[in-house]
Amino acid sequence: MKFEKFGTGIAKGMVVTLKHLLRHPVTNQYPEQRLNPSRRIRGNELVWSQKRCTGCGTCAKTCHQGAIRIVTSPNMVSNRYEVVEYEIDTGYCIQCGLCVEACPYSALYLGRTFEKAKYRRGELVQSKEIMLERPDRPVSGYFYPQFAEKLPRQTLLVERITEKK
Amino acid sequence: MALKTEPFALNIGPAHPSTHGVFRMRATLDGEVIVDVEPVFGYLHRGVEKLAEQRTYTGFIPLTDRLDYLASMSNNMAYCLAVEKLAGIKVPERAQYLRVILSELQRIASHLIAVGGFLNDCGAFMTPILYMLREREKILDLFEMASGQRLTYNFMRIGGVSQDVPEEFMPALGKFMAQMPRFIDEYEQLLKENEILIARSKGVGILPKDLAINSGASGPVLRGSGVKWDIRKADPYAIYDRFQFDIPTGIMGDSYDRYRVRVEEMRQSLRIIKQAMEQIPAGPVRAEVHHLVHPPIGEVYARIEAPKGELGFYIVSDNSIAPYRLHIRAPSLINLTALREMIIGWKIADAIIIFGSIDICMAEVDR
Amino acid sequence: MARANFNVISQISPLTLPPDWPGGFWWHFLVFTIIIIAFVMSMVIGFMYFERRAIARMQARLGPNRVGPFGTLQPIADAIKVLLKEDIIPTKADKIVYWLAPVVAFSPVLMIFAVIPFQNGALLADLNIGILYVTAVASLTTVGIFMAGWSSSNKYSILGAMRDIAAVVSYEIPLVLAIAGVVLISGSLSLNQIVLTQDIPFILLQPLGLFLFFFAACAEINRSPFDLLEADSEIVAGFHTEYSGMKFAMFYLVEYAEAVAMSAIITTLFLGGWRGPWLPPWLWFIVKTGAVFFVMVWVRTTLPRARIDQLMAFAWKFLFPLAVINLVITGVEILIFPVALPWGIVLVNIGIAGFLILLWSRFFQIGWGRVEV
Repeated sequence: MKFEKFGTGIAKGMVVTLKHLLRHPVTNQYPEQRLNPSRRIRGNELVWSQKRCTGCGTCAKTCHQGAIRIVTSPNMVSNRYEVVEYEIDTGYCIQCGLCVEACPYSALYLGRTFEKAKYRRGELVQSKEIMLERPDRPVSGYFYPQFAEKLPRQTLLVERITEKK
Repeated sequence: MALKTEPFALNIGPAHPSTHGVFRMRATLDGEVIVDVEPVFGYLHRGVEKLAEQRTYTGFIPLTDRLDYLASMSNNMAYCLAVEKLAGIKVPERAQYLRVILSELQRIASHLIAVGGFLNDCGAFMTPILYMLREREKILDLFEMASGQRLTYNFMRIGGVSQDVPEEFMPALGKFMAQMPRFIDEYEQLLKENEILIARSKGVGILPKDLAINSGASGPVLRGSGVKWDIRKADPYAIYDRFQFDIPTGIMGDSYDRYRVRVEEMRQSLRIIKQAMEQIPAGPVRAEVHHLVHPPIGEVYARIEAPKGELGFYIVSDNSIAPYRLHIRAPSLINLTALREMIIGWKIADAIIIFGSIDICMAEVDR
Repeated sequence: MARANFNVISQISPLTLPPDWPGGFWWHFLVFTIIIIAFVMSMVIGFMYFERRAIARMQARLGPNRVGPFGTLQPIADAIKVLLKEDIIPTKADKIVYWLAPVVAFSPVLMIFAVIPFQNGALLADLNIGILYVTAVASLTTVGIFMAGWSSSNKYSILGAMRDIAAVVSYEIPLVLAIAGVVLISGSLSLNQIVLTQDIPFILLQPLGLFLFFFAACAEINRSPFDLLEADSEIVAGFHTEYSGMKFAMFYLVEYAEAVAMSAIITTLFLGGWRGPWLPPWLWFIVKTGAVFFVMVWVRTTLPRARIDQLMAFAWKFLFPLAVINLVITGVEILIFPVALPWGIVLVNIGIAGFLILLWSRFFQIGWGRVEV
């Protein structure tokens, strides 16, 4: 240890720490104050539209984790495939969004919530009734900019805290 | 009269508050001085290279995120560059500029954690790392705006980036760039001339120049030893030859020099981002590529300057939808091979500091 | 022995307590024992809370603020949590020594408070060897720490305990020599007399003494920047790695109680104890102790940790010569200038302190750390 500069390095450091006492802290009290996440957030659930889905299975083939399970049967009357079962195991899903990009009929979207913890692993499997799109459940704007514009703006830290010069 | 002592073996074990990840060092101590050290790793092996043979080229990109999880954009970019080189795909201009901006932002974020972690190991009770994390939050907000996630982005695709950045990205990036240099100056004032930090890290863990080159080290470890080698200048990839920046090097190769090299690299990254922001054109961001890529038969090795060193992907393809063999040259693993020469002769407290100054990520070492 | 005449006892506070205040020796003993235990416990709890909030604000975050109004009940929640934990004893540990170590470490800290004055004459026992008793008793904590390290049968614990012994023994000497300077000026070892003779607080008359005492005290109580015994990042937790439950809480209490004790001693010796205008004296005492503790917290937040050989070099090559020179100069001043103007002495002392620190910094150097293997 050498004190060639007579301990001024230590003194300068202590001045910086003291200045921080007078600044606003940057923490956020979580359950009471929630910040707006990004418009393109890849949340922990998926939203599926039964009208547009044709049962082609591209999403299941693209998912490299093997989390999507789709069972169809032909409907001779209306001449299209009926989707009998459509299940996504969100325990395996890593929220990469490749299935959303792959769907050629824009029938699959990512959701916006991330607070979907459950007590049992079996409850993480979402079947098609849970995943239907509903007007009160907004979809995330990931890969679909037309939906992203309708969502609220993300809170940015560079704008929340402006430190004095 | 000499006291009779005998060395004893100490396990600086896998579950330790301060090894970055699960890493084990079997050290033989004589008093407090380390006389021999044997690194043991492999606790985090997940078989990523084998998994690549079961997934398509596009489907492997989320897995490259999880290699060095503190620098996901760089990993994505290295892999996409390798496949594009093999298949001969041309990337549009706007995508190239966006890739450079995101890579350099990612470099700043990764170096923030590296420097903060190093100072935390020196014992400064988490004050430096909390200041770093506050600045890293600002960068992660930008990434979240672009890609939707904060740690594993899955943003680059073969042929460009996945989608264009939203319109509030560039103004927010401008605000961040205005605040960042002042923060780096304040940070230097906190700790650059601190006598205790200098005493702990100057002259500690010297890696001589010839040993650094011979053992294949790269990144700030190599540049700290005085070798002016940066792949962005020596073997330019993806339009880095259009920007002007300097390469900071150290003098002695000790831990203090590696810390200084990282801080200076952060400033140079800010320079590159500023130039890229001025030059970026409009246009498409993704080349027209089928989502099942069929590269021709052959092999390729592509490398980039990741924040931790030289990250390389070696791909052998046989014209199918998945690679035949994929190997990842992880910079952290190759930098670790010089650990034994750096640590012998120092005390336990120094071993932790030297290990922290190399800046490894165990997920990369074990893949 | 010549005594400096420039500090006469004047302005005695109107509330002078006689030595056997409520009525007889045993009542005095009981009342003050209760006061001391209550004081130490509440100050430890208050300081724990204060430290966590202060460190958090200096790190740009909030401290604990959920438990109770503004988080004031957080230390109590910690105490309850620790009481409910399972008490694990390693099989190869030496059971009796393992059980006794926290007790041996904690009791001397309470005993220090017996001679610290809260008001004029408000002490448990006005020993006329007050400060000597304090130094003797404060060293006993080290025995407890070594017992803890040895009986845990863990290599990390032994390393921590050995480092502690080396550090504490080395820093005793500058501590005692700094105290000797104060004693020379005030002419008595009793803490009550030292406070009464401080018309000018001794921080102005002995600035070098305060500098030495502060760093030696930080090393004695294992606080940053000398807290390598509990260095989380190196030897997991040092001597109390194997302790859990209430025994761990005792060690934690020892650290904070010693911090309170050292702050109280610095207040008494250098800052004027309970003296001050228009507030009750015991409130001044608490305020000054809090201010000294804030400086300790500030130093802890900012500085990294020193290594063991750098710690020893700092004690023996920097603090020890300065302490000896401080003692010699104080003695010379008292012999030669017994009736000089006190403010002149203040300026001379500050000047000498500054010059010496700068001079020693210029030439202080320790060796390199690497050993050839």
